[in-house]
Amino acid sequence: MDRLFDFTLTADLLGRPFVQTALLAGAILGLLAGVLGPLIISRNMAFSVHGTSELSFTGGAAALLLGINVGFGALAGAIVAAVILGVLSRRSSEHDSVIGVVLAFGLGVGVLLLSFYKGRSSNKFGLLTGQIIGVDTQGLELLGGCAVVVLVVLAVIYRPLLFASVDPEVAVARGVPTQLLTPVFAVLVGVATAMGVQTVGALLVLALMITPAAAACRVTSSPLRATILSVIFAEVSAVGGIILSLAPGKPISSFVTAISFVIYLICRLVDYLRSHARSTTTPAPTPA
Amino acid sequence: MTMHETAGVTATVEGPGRGPVVALSGATLAYGNRVLWRGLDLNVEPGEFVAVLGPNGSGKTSLLRVLLGLQRLTSGTARIAGADPGSGNRRIGYIPQQRALDPALRLRGRDLVGLGFDGHRWGMGIGGARVRRQRVAEAIEAVGAEAFADQPVGLLSGGEQQRLRVAQALVGSPEVLLCDEPLLSLDLAHQRAVSELIDRTRREAEVAVLFVTHEINPILPLVDRVLYLVDGRFRIGPPDEVMTSETLTALYRTPIDVVRVRGQIHVVGAQSGLCEDQPHHHLDDEP
Repeated sequence: MDRLFDFTLTADLLGRPFVQTALLAGAILGLLAGVLGPLIISRNMAFSVHGTSELSFTGGAAALLLGINVGFGALAGAIVAAVILGVLSRRSSEHDSVIGVVLAFGLGVGVLLLSFYKGRSSNKFGLLTGQIIGVDTQGLELLGGCAVVVLVVLAVIYRPLLFASVDPEVAVARGVPTQLLTPVFAVLVGVATAMGVQTVGALLVLALMITPAAAACRVTSSPLRATILSVIFAEVSAVGGIILSLAPGKPISSFVTAISFVIYLICRLVDYLRSHARSTTTPAPTPA
Repeated sequence: MTMHETAGVTATVEGPGRGPVVALSGATLAYGNRVLWRGLDLNVEPGEFVAVLGPNGSGKTSLLRVLLGLQRLTSGTARIAGADPGSGNRRIGYIPQQRALDPALRLRGRDLVGLGFDGHRWGMGIGGARVRRQRVAEAIEAVGAEAFADQPVGLLSGGEQQRLRVAQALVGSPEVLLCDEPLLSLDLAHQRAVSELIDRTRREAEVAVLFVTHEINPILPLVDRVLYLVDGRFRIGPPDEVMTSETLTALYRTPIDVVRVRGQIHVVGAQSGLCEDQPHHHLDDEP
């Protein structure tokens, strides 16, 4: 671990084009995850993101076997997952079990597909734990294109989506098409998840999609501030994780998850200290 | 006016400022064989306060669902705010049953009210941010919620949450206010505060109010007319005409005594709790 703080090596690697491509990919991913995260949290979709990422892994494995771009496979898998989860779990009480069922099957299929793959085993491992250093120009273009599409669609549906997420009963009464927004948002999350699977890997997508937003939601109640903080946290985790991983040459995922987890712990602590201070200085609100 | 109104009234011209804001004509709602109400004619004028009463399952919430376009009439017609139900919802304010919001919900009171102003619009709303901020602040001031508007809504008391709900419903300057048991589980002081707010607004801004409730007493001084639904039958009229032993006995088809004590109305029937039933339905979970 003494190489963790080998600054000359880190600086040297930062000058390499493939590292810069990885950093750019990480930054785009951090932006996507940071913007989507608070909405995912308020819609209680964390497990759904996990399920989507596993099916995205299945799609990636199929693409690997067929010899096509893994990114397209992951994307197709994630979108199919978003649609399946949306169709199969109309009732929210079923939601968790449906995700569990689909996730387990998808993962099984993915493992089977990988067992037929005769290529480099690092490609297999990469689908689970990420291979951002392997992102090429084509991958970066796909990532950038998807990010633009997701952010534009999100900008259009943002207000009704927030309304439907935090206050569904009144949103329906005010004419917000909540039935339409649910699958649209699921596809947006699916696209972003597929991008994450390529970079940080299927197992660790939650570290970018959920943790930064969960941390932000501990320290602010304003949706706008939560989104800004969530983007900052996700960027620090993604870009910081890549930079820290350079010198020791260890998997990026470990660093990304570690940074986002530490941020989360700090935010929880801040929240705890604040509410503690509040409850000792002012009397608790009386329930009506 | 104890019986339903004549069909001729529904022919009046609709539109903001003149004619009824809510117009139901020959409206029937049935689920299979079960008829909730049949041949309902109701016109609500701007600024009018109509209380909707009735036992559990009599279709009070379903009436609101019909007016919001979430439930189709079996027969008859409905118009609200000059449009068919479901197409003019932005001119309708809606106050749901008081149910505690999730304490973990990361949303300030100010954001909740803001969603009532423009949450239904597409886009980010960056252009109108200044107008929005001002209107939201005015609405919060009108309900006296300045002190807690920046705290997480889930951590507020039921009365505080419900005041913000009133602000949320009124900030969009609606023509009609649909309220579904808005006073439920509030204490007397908060019941009075919330209902007086609704009353003041409908007088100042000529907003028609349809107020679904199982308890008329907190709003009795404010009510212009009562729509009382029982088993597919109904009566419409001023409280003094509908809330009588004769009318309710005819509606329930069982002996009912209406007793007035200190300006309050108590309904005593063969079964106890005949009209003071516990509502446990809301907009999302009816068929």
